[in-house]
Amino acid sequence: MLKSKHLIGLEHFPVSDLNKIIDTSFKFKDILQTESRKAILLKGKTVVNMFFENSTRTKISFSLAEKRLGADSINFSASTSSVKKGETLKDTVQNIESMKIDGAVIRHGHPGSALKLTEYIDGAVINAGDGSHEHPTQAILDMVTLKEKFGKIKGLKVGIIGDILNSRVARSDIFALKKLGAEVVVCGPSTLLPSDAKKLGINITYNLDEVLNWCDAVIALRIQLERMHLGRIPSKREYHSEFGLTFERISKLKKDIVIMHPGPMNRGVEIDSKVADSDNAVILDQVLNGVASRMSILYLLLGEGDMEI
Amino acid sequence: MIESKSTKKLLFKSGRIIDPFTKKTFNGDILVENGKISKISDSISSRGKDYQVVDCKGLVITHGFCDIHAHFREPGREDKETLESGSFAAIGGGFTQVCTMANTDPIIDSPEHIHYVVSKSSKLPIDIFPIGAVSKGLKGEDLTEMLLMQKNGAIAFSDDGMPIQNAQFMKLALTYAKMLDVPVMNHAEDIFLRNNGVMNASATSNNLGLKGNTSLAEAVMVYRDLLLAQSLSSKLHLLHISTKQTVDLLKQFKKKNSLITSEVSPHHLFFIDEDVNAFDTSLKVAPPVRGKDDRKALIEGIKSGLIDCIATDHAPHTIEDKETTFNDAEFGMIGLESCFGAVNKVLVKQNGMSLKSLIEKLTVNPRKVMNLEQDLFSIGCKAQITIFDPNEKWIFTNEHILSKSSNSPYLGKELIGRVKYVVSKNQFFSI
Repeated sequence: MLKSKHLIGLEHFPVSDLNKIIDTSFKFKDILQTESRKAILLKGKTVVNMFFENSTRTKISFSLAEKRLGADSINFSASTSSVKKGETLKDTVQNIESMKIDGAVIRHGHPGSALKLTEYIDGAVINAGDGSHEHPTQAILDMVTLKEKFGKIKGLKVGIIGDILNSRVARSDIFALKKLGAEVVVCGPSTLLPSDAKKLGINITYNLDEVLNWCDAVIALRIQLERMHLGRIPSKREYHSEFGLTFERISKLKKDIVIMHPGPMNRGVEIDSKVADSDNAVILDQVLNGVASRMSILYLLLGEGDMEI
Repeated sequence: MIESKSTKKLLFKSGRIIDPFTKKTFNGDILVENGKISKISDSISSRGKDYQVVDCKGLVITHGFCDIHAHFREPGREDKETLESGSFAAIGGGFTQVCTMANTDPIIDSPEHIHYVVSKSSKLPIDIFPIGAVSKGLKGEDLTEMLLMQKNGAIAFSDDGMPIQNAQFMKLALTYAKMLDVPVMNHAEDIFLRNNGVMNASATSNNLGLKGNTSLAEAVMVYRDLLLAQSLSSKLHLLHISTKQTVDLLKQFKKKNSLITSEVSPHHLFFIDEDVNAFDTSLKVAPPVRGKDDRKALIEGIKSGLIDCIATDHAPHTIEDKETTFNDAEFGMIGLESCFGAVNKVLVKQNGMSLKSLIEKLTVNPRKVMNLEQDLFSIGCKAQITIFDPNEKWIFTNEHILSKSSNSPYLGKELIGRVKYVVSKNQFFSI
């Protein structure tokens, strides 16, 4: 099936695996659009969803993907578990592992937690976001959305706007886009941009209009408002005026560009409502593609043999 | 006192024209029509023309001076200085462009405040460029809306008066300002090392029983700022440098980095700590006037071009603020009107700097730091002209002061070199 046993991050993920996941996602998307919306391919498999950090869309998306594949899933969230009682990650995980599970989906606030998990359990580990390290399933669903829209990713011009420095979405998107041959420009306040852009093979600019005029698609990132209190941005007003996908900016463009956002959105800060709800926005397609992509990931990591789907 | 006239057609005859931009020096005439430079040549005939002729024999004609560091106290302390009174003090000193610091009341820390200064200054006889605060409320904690402030006319950013003590905040400020391609100007004095000192820590401060402010307070923070600016490739401007250690650090860093600039104030070139011997509060200033060796290093630094420019740090205070004990007196002195006579005396007359080089430090160099137009003597340029007698000896007195305040340590001192005429914003001033 795949060369990889786990999906921890995209930095070192084989491009053949990435392509396989993306291509298979389209098959699952077709299934999701049938009446049954199901493909019972993981019958008898048990997946545990471990969310040590809050999540709405990723958690629901994984649960739904598991259900559509007929897997048994159990949910675990840190706020209602023994983690609150001071249990270590290792103990928590090994207890769950001893209950015989085939796969684990983990969201955790600390970078490296998904990788750590692979040492404790035998099943496949899927990273659903580890601190500001990586969010590979989000990047994969973004690639699926781009490929769906443009037919290919090679040669696409993609702008990523916002807090690149602290965003796991940005990092995974950059790795995926570079692997698949897209050109990437990131844009945001200088205090939220990485200093190693050259190493990542991307270009940096502070001029949003320049990016918008250049790109085929733009990914606006959620600006974490607490960054304001860490002194990295002076105000919502300034951010919106200089780095927000405003209706005025978008309507001035001479061409249509595809507008993406991983959610949750701060409407009126990084994106205007009128832009988020416009025909060019594929933000809700991203959500549906998220379920298809996660089905593809779960199936390819946990499934047995190449089943015809 | 100064006298102003309109500049419909003014012919400046037979002056020594020094153009610090093209670096050309020649004896000649300049014709200004409707506020613009219309002709510069060896000789312009006024025969049959309705030119108002100004005889400039023995005088130097050069660009209007530019001061990138002044406090005009408006809004908030209009009793000390207003944008208008400050403008006239500037004209009196030969300055046609002034950058004003943000530590007014309220502090200039938002686009709205910048807009206020810009709109209040538009009709004044000089160009005023507000410098915005780096941090909200000068607290050194939260960045100001620099991008929006720049759009409203902020020319650079500084918390001058308040050192940026937090290194992480300074790093963020330098990083953020990089987007705007403008310098962050830090008042470099480590507040803990400064330790409430009121004058230079020295034998004099010990003798007077005054608390000393060590030169290390400046050097330590300057070193930090230089390291940060170098590693971030950001623009950093060192304000009012006062110590030999700072000059030595500049030597080390400036070679590798053209984004680092600095200024020295006339009083750090003119006075030393020993001059404070009678508790003269007009010499209480931050950073303090330092020792002989510091002064010498600063003079060498400005002569060699290591220090980019001269900036007055014009800081008006009321009589009450200064007529008190040395401990209680405010920091700062006015400096616009006395600037040229002071620096010309020290640098050109006493220390062998060329007049051309001094002019650069008052014209093209400060404009370069602030990214202002430096080529002022091209035909069609808005006339910004300063005309001075480089040799006139004069005693600086209250009647030379155009500022609302008179806290000057130069009162009663002999200065050499005196500004005679200024053309600025379509007005001609005879001083």
